Amino acid sequence: MQEYLLIILGTALVNNVVLVKFLGLCPFMGVSNKVDTAIGMGLATTFVLTLSAASSWLLERFLLEPFGIEFLRILTFILVIAAVVQFTEMAVKKISPVLYQVLGIFLPLITTNCAVLGVALLNIQEKNTFVESLLYGVGSALGFTLVMIIFAGLRERLSFADVPESFAGAPIGFVVAGLLSLAFMGFSGLSVQ
Amino acid sequence: MLTAIGSLTLLGLVLGGLLGIASKYLKVEGNPLVIEVEEMLPGSQCGQCGFPGCGPAAEALADGKADVTLCPPGGRALAADLAKKLSVEVDLTSMEEKEPAVAFVNEDLCIGCTRCFAQCPTDAFIGAPKQIHTVIGEICTSCEKCIDICPTECITMQPLEATVQTWHWPKPKERRLAA
Repeated sequence: MQEYLLIILGTALVNNVVLVKFLGLCPFMGVSNKVDTAIGMGLATTFVLTLSAASSWLLERFLLEPFGIEFLRILTFILVIAAVVQFTEMAVKKISPVLYQVLGIFLPLITTNCAVLGVALLNIQEKNTFVESLLYGVGSALGFTLVMIIFAGLRERLSFADVPESFAGAPIGFVVAGLLSLAFMGFSGLSVQ
Repeated sequence: MLTAIGSLTLLGLVLGGLLGIASKYLKVEGNPLVIEVEEMLPGSQCGQCGFPGCGPAAEALADGKADVTLCPPGGRALAADLAKKLSVEVDLTSMEEKEPAVAFVNEDLCIGCTRCFAQCPTDAFIGAPKQIHTVIGEICTSCEKCIDICPTECITMQPLEATVQTWHWPKPKERRLAA
C-alpha cells in the first residue's frame, strides 16, 4: 500500500511530467490563461492519461511482447491514445454537455499531448506492473493538473502586473515556468523513488 | 512482417468497431426542431447572419432568439418557410429581395493573392497563387464574404444572366385601382 502511495507522490511531485520531465508543454503554455479552463483541461487529461496508461500496458503485455513486434510500440500507443480520446469526447458529450461546452476544442487536442504518450512509454521503460502503470498514469495526471492550476493562477495575477513591454505575454510566461520548475526541483529532496 | 501487419490491422479494426458501437450508444439526441431548421438553411456557413455557421443559427432560431429573416442568401422564400415551420408571424415586405447574383473577378485587377480562397465558404474560387482567379458560378452563394477581403477591390457581384432554364415571365406590375 505504501509503495503505491509513493508512486503517486513521486510522479506527481518529484518527477512531475511538466516541470521536471518537460512533457506536455503545449497545453501548459497554451491553456493556462484562466484557472477555470486549466482545471477542465487537467480533468480531461487525467481521464485520458489514466485510461491510456492502462490500455497501452495491456497492449504491450498481450500483443507486442508475445508477437515480438515491439518496434511498433509508438505507432500502436498513438492509435490507442487517439481512440481513448475519441471515446472520452463522446462520453463527456453524453454524460455532461456542460463540461463538453467548457472544454470545447481542448478535448480532441489531448491526442497530441506528449505527456500521454510519454507516460505510456515510460511505463514500459521502467518495467512497471499493471497496477503500478495505472498509478503512474494517475500520479502524472494529478501532477499535470496541479501544475496547470498553479501556473494559471500565477498568470492570472501576472496579467495585472506591470511587466516591461519586451517581456509582456509569452516571454514572462516562460520565465515564470522556469522559476516554477526550479521550485519543483526542491521536491527531489523528498527522495521517495 | 505478416504478424506486424495483421496485428495492427486487427487492432485498428477492433478500435474502430468499438468506437462505432460507442458512438451508437452514446449518441446525443439533439432537439429535432434544430435539426429540421438546420436542414432548411443553405448550409454554406457564410456567417452573414452573425452566427458562426448554420448550426448555431438554427439553434438560435429554434429557441426564438433570432429573427426568421436572418439569412440573406436564403432570401424571402426561406424566411417564409421558416416562419411557417416555427409558426411565427413575419412581415416579409420589409425584407429586401436580392437579385440572384454571383461573384465576378475583374481579371484586369486580380493580382492572384488567393485571399478570397480562404474566405469562400463554398470553395467557389479556382486559381492559384499569382494566377488570375475566377469563380464557379454554380457554386457561389453570393454571400459577399470575398468582396471586403480583396486588396484590389476586383470582386463585384453580378446578377445572374437568365438562361433557358431560369428565365420566367416578369411579374405584373402592381397597380392601384382607383376606388
